[in-house]
Order: sequence, then structure tokens, then C-alpha cells
Amino acid sequence: MPTRIQSQARPDTLLLNMGPSHPAMHGTIRIMLELDGERILNSEVEVGYLHRGFEKTCEHRTYFNLLPYTDRLNYVSPLINNLGYVMTMEKLLGLEVPERAQFIRVIMSELSRISDHLTCLAAMAMECGAFTVFLYKMKAREFIWDVIEQTTGARMTTSYIRIGGVRADLHPNFDTVLKKAIEETRRVLKDVRGLLDKNKIFLNRTRDVATVSAEEAVAFGWTGPCLRSAGVYYDVRKAHPYLVYDRLNFEVPLGERGDNFDRYMVRMKEMEQSLRIVEQAAVRLPRTAGAVIADGIEPAEAIKDSRKKRVRRPIKLSPNLEGSEKNICSGILAEGTGYVVPPKEDTYTTIEGLIKHFKFFMRGQGIRPPRGEVYFSVEGGNGELGYYIVSDGSDQPYRLHLRAPCFHIVSALEFLIKGRYVADVIPTFGSMNMIGGELDR
Amino acid sequence: MPEAKTKQPPAQFITTQFNHILGWARKFSLFHYPFVTACCGMEYMSAACAHFDIDRFGAGWTRFSPRQSDMLLVVGTVTQKLAPVLRIVYDQMTEPNWVIAFGTCAVSGGIYDNYAVVQGIDAIIPVDVYIPGCPPRPESVLDGLLKLQEKIQHQDQEWRWKRRRY
Amino acid sequence: MEKTALLDLLRQKFPREVKEAFTDLGDEVIIIEQDSLLPVVKFLRGQPHQYGLLLDLTCVDYLGQEPRFEMVYHLYSLTQNKRLRIKTRLSKKELRIASLTELWKNANWLEREVYDLFGINFEGHPDLRRIFMYDGFEGYPLRKDYPLRKRQPRLRLRE
Repeated sequence: MPTRIQSQARPDTLLLNMGPSHPAMHGTIRIMLELDGERILNSEVEVGYLHRGFEKTCEHRTYFNLLPYTDRLNYVSPLINNLGYVMTMEKLLGLEVPERAQFIRVIMSELSRISDHLTCLAAMAMECGAFTVFLYKMKAREFIWDVIEQTTGARMTTSYIRIGGVRADLHPNFDTVLKKAIEETRRVLKDVRGLLDKNKIFLNRTRDVATVSAEEAVAFGWTGPCLRSAGVYYDVRKAHPYLVYDRLNFEVPLGERGDNFDRYMVRMKEMEQSLRIVEQAAVRLPRTAGAVIADGIEPAEAIKDSRKKRVRRPIKLSPNLEGSEKNICSGILAEGTGYVVPPKEDTYTTIEGLIKHFKFFMRGQGIRPPRGEVYFSVEGGNGELGYYIVSDGSDQPYRLHLRAPCFHIVSALEFLIKGRYVADVIPTFGSMNMIGGELDR
Repeated sequence: MPEAKTKQPPAQFITTQFNHILGWARKFSLFHYPFVTACCGMEYMSAACAHFDIDRFGAGWTRFSPRQSDMLLVVGTVTQKLAPVLRIVYDQMTEPNWVIAFGTCAVSGGIYDNYAVVQGIDAIIPVDVYIPGCPPRPESVLDGLLKLQEKIQHQDQEWRWKRRRY
Repeated sequence: MEKTALLDLLRQKFPREVKEAFTDLGDEVIIIEQDSLLPVVKFLRGQPHQYGLLLDLTCVDYLGQEPRFEMVYHLYSLTQNKRLRIKTRLSKKELRIASLTELWKNANWLEREVYDLFGINFEGHPDLRRIFMYDGFEGYPLRKDYPLRKRQPRLRLRE
């Protein structure tokens, strides 16, 4: 069946297909162009090549089980998606999260945001020909991923932020690794600014290309860095502060003209602001209530002892569970409610812990929020990432809908590239930061 | 020399050595075509960049056209909508070619068992090496690449004079 | 309170169309009739409320209840920093609603998505066709009576 552009095109123009398998490493999207020489007369964007059925799959999983699916939505900033889902659930359940967990969440989500902007601008610069910028930014991203891996256990798809808090506390070496990551990122940003900011070629390709005015941006439903580059001041962290953002000092950079260069500039400045936030939060982190116990009894011995009497001494857990010991738990998880996994020491040595663990994971039990619906949004790497959850009282969501920010941004692509050259498509598309997992869900 | 004496097909020693050399040349100069779809693309980028380098194994140059490459790296989830596109890309590749399924979604559909996702790309194209992981660490990617290189070294190489006999 | 002033105003101005107006977990929600979407939305978009950003447009399938589908709209006002949720019910026999494409440009793709996944017709939409699923896909996947694993492959798959 011919597409719209194939049936509407004039017979003397060329139809070019920038097919789903892109060299531009943005994922899978198909742009069909109607060309007159190099000028684009008309275009059509076809999405859906990565539609993985996220919303329907989530209706068949429990609230706890569907956390890994949220990681894979905006896969360059997975912790922010986790955060959005978890905060929506906490709004529905009315949960209070301990303060240390909130600070840790802020640090992790800002690191994710930095890694998102790094990847977006690296890909955009590489397609414009600046391969060095790509390699430099990937190097900085590796340092940030080192921090994330040492804390959460995985480089990318972490499932770290849980309902009620975070999964495990920061490890003792956190400050050193974080400092190294911040230092390296700052150095890379300085180098890249020197390479690209006043570069004639880059400016020619991005200045005054694909300009968007503020009214048009709002009419298209844009949010996030793309909207701020057009001059509209809307940032969810400032408009509806969540977590501890109202206690931290940071600015929201705005652009003037809404062209590609402004989108690039806004993202670079946002990275610097995010580094500021991370530094402040790392300093203001409240001390953990419990100390990290160096020695304890072995788990096997504790289980054997628990058969006769209750074990009151600290137990040394396996390294995989480091940071989630019982004495640290109260600082990072909303304990006592039925919405978090009980600590492993209790599960294996007391009967109440075992029952709580069982009831949390059993089908039909576990997290069962009251009937109702809720919408909550956080500031994702691309804009307002919103979750709309309808609950019918059981342990599986009745409907889970994601407000994907880049869906609205990419819907404006046909309008933006009309009348421009083919070569303008690349930086325009690159500056929009299209992420396939979020666009197609 | 045994070759001069008999009228049998050329001595196995020469062809084996030639096989060996051809295998050595092919395995250390792999031009790959990254068919990137989803999250595994980020780990592919990490594996290709400076920290974990696939260039030191000879597979550094990304050829963005299936006709110029001999390894198809299917990275990420393949949906039913994308399946014909993958088939077309594979058909355009010239012999000899190899396919690596990168990531659990390409190997078997991953965590997505629903109406929209193909449960493993070996339902569409023949696969040589499977790299599991969601996403696989760059070290796993390098391990998979080494396994492919071993396979290339030991496989029966196809070359023109051999084909003509059929 | 300033928050419910809007709800009272809407109840006064559109007494027949607005069926219910309440706050739910801190969000303002109104439930309106199927045919009165455009006048209410145009009123909200103008001065002084200026709900100029269409955040989201989606649908929920309540299988077993009549009317079965519920359309949910989220609007946002940049000047007042407030959100509003508009809900309206559609029955299976009258599966159509007015389109918002002339007011907001992102409604184009959002409505195509709802049409693709639920099968709801939007009157006045310039180009209503599937966006996520491919041509030749039969059925509407996100409805509750479409099984999760029912595949319709485009290619002949081996094994």
C-alpha cells in the first residue's frame, strides 16, 4: 500500500527514502523525502518500528515486576524513567520517602540526564562530521557509567529506584569515583566547547536552521530542552518541584531563536547545571542512620542459630546485597509499609520476615493500590515525562500510559525540514534527541 | 611434490593452508554493518569507542552499507514491522557474510513476548554467534567477536575456484 | 480556594456539558459529555486561563462497563502552572469524537496513536491512519479483548 507521500508526490520529483536502518544511530525511524534537486518539498515520517508493546505488557505484570520495562523506555537515561514510574506510584499510594533516598535519587537522575545529553550531542556532532567530539563524550560517559555501575550494579538498565526508596545505599568509595567523573566531564565539556562553539562549519550547519518560535513550539506540545531553546521557561523541576529540587540552587538555561544551535547550547549549559546539582546534593546528603558494619556473622551460621532463638547480632550479607543491610535500610527505604521488600536478614532468620517477603511477591498480593487514577510527571532528558496509571485495586495496573516527550518533538519534524536541504535533516534530527524506546514505547 | 604425481584433486595440504590463510585474513578484517534498533545500541557505541575498542580486533570500520560489509550486527529488538527490512538488508550482503545477534532481544525476543516483537532473529536470517545480555557488557561483545573470529578461522572457506566445480 | 475556582466557573458556564468536576489526589478533573469537547476546550484555551499546552491524549478500555471507552485529555497552563484532566466516555456504538488538530498540532499524531491502538474515529482529522502498527495489521492491540501474544507476522518466519 503506497504511503501518503507516494500517492501525493508530483511525477517530476525524486522520492528518497531514509530508511529504518539508519547510519545515524538514532534507532529506527523512516523519513521519506520528496526532493527537487536538494531541496525538500514534502516529507513524511514513519515511526513505529520499535513498538514493543510496553503499555499492553504492563497490564499483565505486577507493579513491582514491571520496573525493568521502564528502564528500557528512554534507554540513555534509564534512572529518570524509573523515577517517574516510582513517583507516580508513590503519589497513588501516598508514600513518604526518607530524605537520604531523595538525595540519592536526585544525584542518580542528574547523572542520567548528563549521560543523555552527552549521547545526544555526541551523535549529532558525529553526523555533522566531528568524530572527535563523539569519542570524547563517550569517554566522559564511561566515567559516569562507572559511578552508576558501582552504586546500582548495572551500567545502563539499572532498576535501581524502587517504590519507597532506592535499592541499596551508596558504597563507601562513592565520593572518590564521583569526583573523578565530574572532573572528567568538566574537562570534556570544555574541550568540546572549544571545538564546536565557534566552529564556522558547525555554525553554518546549525545556526538559523529549523527555527521554531515560542508559539509554534507550544502548539506542537514541545517540552524540555527543545522548548527552552525557543525561549519558553518551563521546567518541571522548577514549576512543580519534586524530591529535593527546591532546596538546591540551579538555573534553567534558555535559548533565543529555537534553531539547532540553540538546542545544542541549551543542552551543553544544562549539563553544567546538572553537575552543579550533583555536587551540591553529594555534599548535603544526610548521614546514614546506621553504620556500615565491617564484620558480622556468616549467613549460614545465622540461619542455623535462628532455629533456636532470634538472632540479634549483625549479619554479613553477600557482596551482591551490599548496601542493603538492615541497619542501613531505614535510611533508604520506606520500611514498615507493605510496599517494599523486607531486608534479607529478616527474611532468612525470622518468621515474620518470611511471611512479609512471601506476601510481597505472591501473585494476587503485594502492592495493591486503592482504586483510582493518577498522573505525575518528572523532567526527563527530553522534556516532561509523564505516567498515567489507572488502578482497579488489584496487583496489576489496569492501564499504564506514558507521556513520551520525544513523540511530540518528532511530530514536528515534517514541519521543520520543509523547504530545507537534505543535509539539514541530519543536524535537525540529531538535535531533537529522538529515542526509539520512548517514541514508540 | 604429490601434486605433480597424481591426477587427483589438488593436494589437501595446499588447500588446507590456503583455507587457513584466507580464514586468517577474513577474521582480522571484518567490516560490520550495525543494524541498531534499541538500548543495546548504547552498549554497541561503548564497545566501539575508546574504552573497549573493537578496532584492536580488526572490526573497527563501520561500513554503513550492507553491500560493503561482511558482518551484520543486529543490535536490539526486531519488531514484526521491521522484519522485512532486516530480510532485505541481509539479502543485499555479499558472500561470505556472518551475522551476530547482539542482545537478548535479538537472540530470543528478550523480555518482550507479545504481539509486536519477533522472538529471535533466527526466525528471519541464519545467525552465527549469539551474544546474550540485556544489554551485554562490552566485554561480552568482545568475547562474542573472538568466538566469531575462531569460527571464521576454522570454517570451510568459500572461494571462487572451489565454487566453479559444482 | 484558588484551585477549585476553575471548577466552579466551568460548572457555571457549561451546566449541561460538564457532568462532574472534582479534585483527585491534587489534580483537577472534569468529566464532560462526548459532544461538548470542542466548546469546553476552546474556552479553556482562551483568556484568562490559557491552557495552551496539550500534554497528553489517551484512552482507557473498560471492558464490561457500558459505555466502554474513556478518552482522557491532559491540558497544561504555562501562565498559571496548573494541570487539568478532562475525561469523557464513549460507547462502542458511537466510537467517534471531535478532533483537536486545528487547535494543537501534536494532536495529529496523538490521535493517530489512539486510532491505531483502540480504533476510535476522530472527526475532522486530516490524515487518520495507523502509526505504530503496520498496514495489514487487523485489530486494535490495546483493547482488552485482543490477546497479548497474538502475532500477525509480515514475513514467513522459520521455526
